[in-house]
Amino acid sequence: MIDFGTDEWAKAFMEQINRSEAYAEAAKTWEGDFYFIIESEEHYPEPLHVYVDLWHGVCREAFAAADPSVKDPIFRMSGPLENWRRVIDKTLDPLQGLLTRQFKLQGDMVKIMRAVKAAQELVNCTALVPTKFPE
Amino acid sequence: MWYFDTPMIAFGEGALAHLKETEGRRAFVVSDENVAGLGFVETVQEYLSRAGLESECFLSVEPDPSLDTVRRGARALMAYEPDWVVGLGGGSCLDAAKAMWVLYERPDLEPEAINPLEPLGLRQKARLITIPTTAGTGAEVTWMIVLTDADDDRKLGLGSRENLADIAIVDPSLSKDMPPRLTADTGLDALTHALEGYAASWANDFSDGLCLKAADLVFRYLPQAYEDGTQGEARERMANAATLAGLGFGNSMAGLAHSMGHALGGVFHTPHGRAVGLFLPYTIEYAAREKPQRYGEIARHLGLSADLESKGAASLVRAMRDLLGRLEQPLTLAEVGIDRESLVERMDKLLDNAANEATTVVHPRIASMDELERLFLCAWDGREVDF
Repeated sequence: MIDFGTDEWAKAFMEQINRSEAYAEAAKTWEGDFYFIIESEEHYPEPLHVYVDLWHGVCREAFAAADPSVKDPIFRMSGPLENWRRVIDKTLDPLQGLLTRQFKLQGDMVKIMRAVKAAQELVNCTALVPTKFPE
Repeated sequence: MWYFDTPMIAFGEGALAHLKETEGRRAFVVSDENVAGLGFVETVQEYLSRAGLESECFLSVEPDPSLDTVRRGARALMAYEPDWVVGLGGGSCLDAAKAMWVLYERPDLEPEAINPLEPLGLRQKARLITIPTTAGTGAEVTWMIVLTDADDDRKLGLGSRENLADIAIVDPSLSKDMPPRLTADTGLDALTHALEGYAASWANDFSDGLCLKAADLVFRYLPQAYEDGTQGEARERMANAATLAGLGFGNSMAGLAHSMGHALGGVFHTPHGRAVGLFLPYTIEYAAREKPQRYGEIARHLGLSADLESKGAASLVRAMRDLLGRLEQPLTLAEVGIDRESLVERMDKLLDNAANEATTVVHPRIASMDELERLFLCAWDGREVDF
């Protein structure tokens, strides 16, 4: 099991993305990079930033950023640990999470709203990472 | 958590007179020439005048309104500075009115950037009244906006919960003169909303009853409204069914028939209700192979044979196809007039459009690209979905 939000987790996520034919197909024309941000709370005194660079169906780079200023991605999606956990456990639809403001998304909304299938495949990839959450 | 959104709804014969209660200074009516030709724009302006409001209108909304039309309408709104926007017509007019209103309030936005994820801060300048003149789209009570990006052959699913109308006026006298084909097309849109809204993975206790009631009304009254449009009760029940279905799926979500229908409409310009109604039996067959439960529940509610869930889903598909036959609707894309070569030639575009509709990922069974392609091909020649 890999601790959620760590560099090891980011690399395992990248591996799952690059193994996914469904993601490759759905995102073949899409490009953009993200910070997935786990907001600070009991287990995380500082927010965690997982950087993911997606390019035409593959993930080119992924890491946990100790210093978020090292990248300036075009999208930032943030939410509390509990909500990320529900997404990865597939008990919260990420789109529904965004619609109800359980997650916040900053970036080019036009670009993101045209890539629903790719987003769904990306979530499917997170579910394949053997993830350990803090108790 | 989830939300239930609804405008205040005035409904029933004579509901249009509610406009006389409008408080304000100036209204801007968004509609089209056909609706104006039926005298409805004039009637609305007359009621607004009796309420003490000046009004002006924009009558250039086309079927499947484009981003450009919305930009033009928004500019007219900015020049006129109304405190009410009134959408009057079919779904195209209502969706265009919603989008123009958003841009009037937020001139910094492009229409394709109207999204549900960011606060818009509407209602600083005006509020919205929606008045349907067809019985199907439910656009009067939903926040979704469908616009067409003509440069990209694509229908865009836009909207924000904030751009829901303040008041919806559902007066069946406005839809009683619809010709039979339009009656059937729009009525099938309402049925698709009802069935998909009930089956969607976002369905909930608040939306379920609305969807079931709407489905029941459509199966009972759409054939009558189609075969004899003078039947007042059928017209009134269909007007109500469309709005109920709109509330139902608007607070749940539609499904794969909508994704495929929007994709087809963007590329081949097939009327929306005809397209989604055609695809619905196929997308139910596809979903029911793995998840028949919700379709079985609908079948039981409609009094169809449904002692097993899978049997219920099959009964529902049969009832749907019987209804399409009675309404003289096409059952296949070939019957719509799309030749197989053209379909295959534009398949990549259809798949890209359909896959990236939000309605695809809330369908009870999520289709892969390969399955989507097979569904389009099944719908072309009427083959049963066996995968």
